[in-house]
Amino acid sequence: MSSPNSPLENSENEAIVFRDVSIGFDGLQVLEDVSFQLRRGETKILFGVAGSGKSTILKLCLGLLRPDKGNIFVLGHDVTIMTEEQLFELRSKVGIVFQESALFDSMNVHDNVAFRLMEEKLPENEVDRRVKEALRFVELEHTVGMLPSELSGGMRRRVGIARAIITQPEILLYDSPTGGLDPITSTTIVELIMKQRDESHTSSLLVSHRLQDGFVLASHSYDPVAKHMKAIENGDHSRVNTTFLILKDCRVIFDGTAEELGQVQDPYVREYIS
Amino acid sequence: MELISPADFVKRNVLAVQDYYAVATRSISNIFRRPRYMADMIQQADLIGVGSLPIVVLTGTFTGVVLALNTSDTLQRFGSLSLTGQLVSLSMVKELGPVLTSLMVAGRNASGMASELGSMKVTEQIDAMRALGTDPYKKLVTPRVAATVFMMFFLTIISDLMGLIGGYIYSVAMLRLDTYQYWNKAYQALTYNDILTGLIKPIVFGFIISTIGCYYGMSTKGGTQGVGRSTTQAVVASSVMILATDVLVSQLLLTVLR
Repeated sequence: MSSPNSPLENSENEAIVFRDVSIGFDGLQVLEDVSFQLRRGETKILFGVAGSGKSTILKLCLGLLRPDKGNIFVLGHDVTIMTEEQLFELRSKVGIVFQESALFDSMNVHDNVAFRLMEEKLPENEVDRRVKEALRFVELEHTVGMLPSELSGGMRRRVGIARAIITQPEILLYDSPTGGLDPITSTTIVELIMKQRDESHTSSLLVSHRLQDGFVLASHSYDPVAKHMKAIENGDHSRVNTTFLILKDCRVIFDGTAEELGQVQDPYVREYIS
Repeated sequence: MELISPADFVKRNVLAVQDYYAVATRSISNIFRRPRYMADMIQQADLIGVGSLPIVVLTGTFTGVVLALNTSDTLQRFGSLSLTGQLVSLSMVKELGPVLTSLMVAGRNASGMASELGSMKVTEQIDAMRALGTDPYKKLVTPRVAATVFMMFFLTIISDLMGLIGGYIYSVAMLRLDTYQYWNKAYQALTYNDILTGLIKPIVFGFIISTIGCYYGMSTKGGTQGVGRSTTQAVVASSVMILATDVLVSQLLLTVLR
């Protein structure tokens, strides 16, 4: 086992690495010796029952929470030993879409999406151009002057995605992006995630409660001509580079591809995916 | 109701003091670090200072009136009614101006800060800000603390002045005192140390109001109920701290400026 401060050997291949990470709150253990890795360009979908620590994993990746034990490497940097100031720089390479969008409710859509660029003091016309581009990606150009309270749940998630991708981050973290949405809106969001995956090949960790979202992502790709997702033919799912990770009782009980998931004999996993 | 052991109670409170200390020191140290959010500071100064002006003017005026009203009876018995101006000015400038202004600002702004930051905390907006690479202590806390300290200074001066005017109106209208007599006594009673005492206090109180408001906001837990709890606690804690600190600061300044 490596020492806590040992650098990551394959940082150019791995976007995120968890090594024996444990964390608990108020005497309640949430994660226990969790280890996994997200390779560059890979999309990993995290499943687990409510309270299994899925969202905690995303917050740990960004250094928003500190683990009790273990190491977390993000783009080769050990976030567990970095100061908050150092983390601010690293966070500029990671985008996150929060569960309830977490849009700044006193700012309009433009300022929400442009927040990071405005903090970097980029020229106004450059900011406007990139905001327009990001909003066009999520097909919400017309909402630029609206406040978050004027948007529907699905639109808020899409603005959240636009805010996360505006700096073209190397890693994207999605916290239940389809949670609480109707099936049609959920499909729109899944399609956007797929579009981002297939066009930019961004490494992504996606937390979800909805199995069908995961399977759709693993079995479909985005068709830029038809501007729609389509099922992968010939069963060649490897090119979408999408894997699954299942958490149970604070631990990882499955980490692998859709095909491997289908062959697992573990009764809990079988029941979970049935 | 949840029962906790004495050890846990002490631990929890020691942790709270430690967290408050961290918020307070970061709010000061961030003033000297980049980026500085001048636009946010000006916006907060407008919200806190200009927004509090009506209540500060009213509080100051009525306090001056009631001071003149209550003391005139006693002063008349000793044939010293002419000292009304002196009494109003000393009471307002040294004590009531800073303390009452601070209590009013605490009621209005400590609650506002706690509820605003608390709502941002429970809706993950603070986490989102951190995730987007911005230090919420620099962006949200420091501008509020700087603006409150700065504006409290001027609000207290306005409150003192309004108190003197209130006392003057009552003295002339009801006690039939001479204008010159009132203002002359009011002016002559004040020493340099009295004015200094009256101007140092609002700076200290402004710091207490804003740091307590921000501390409770940033440590909010438990949804909308938590926001309500933080708001109440911020007003109660800042009001009590203002009164307790007033004793300490008064004693300290009395010793130092003697």
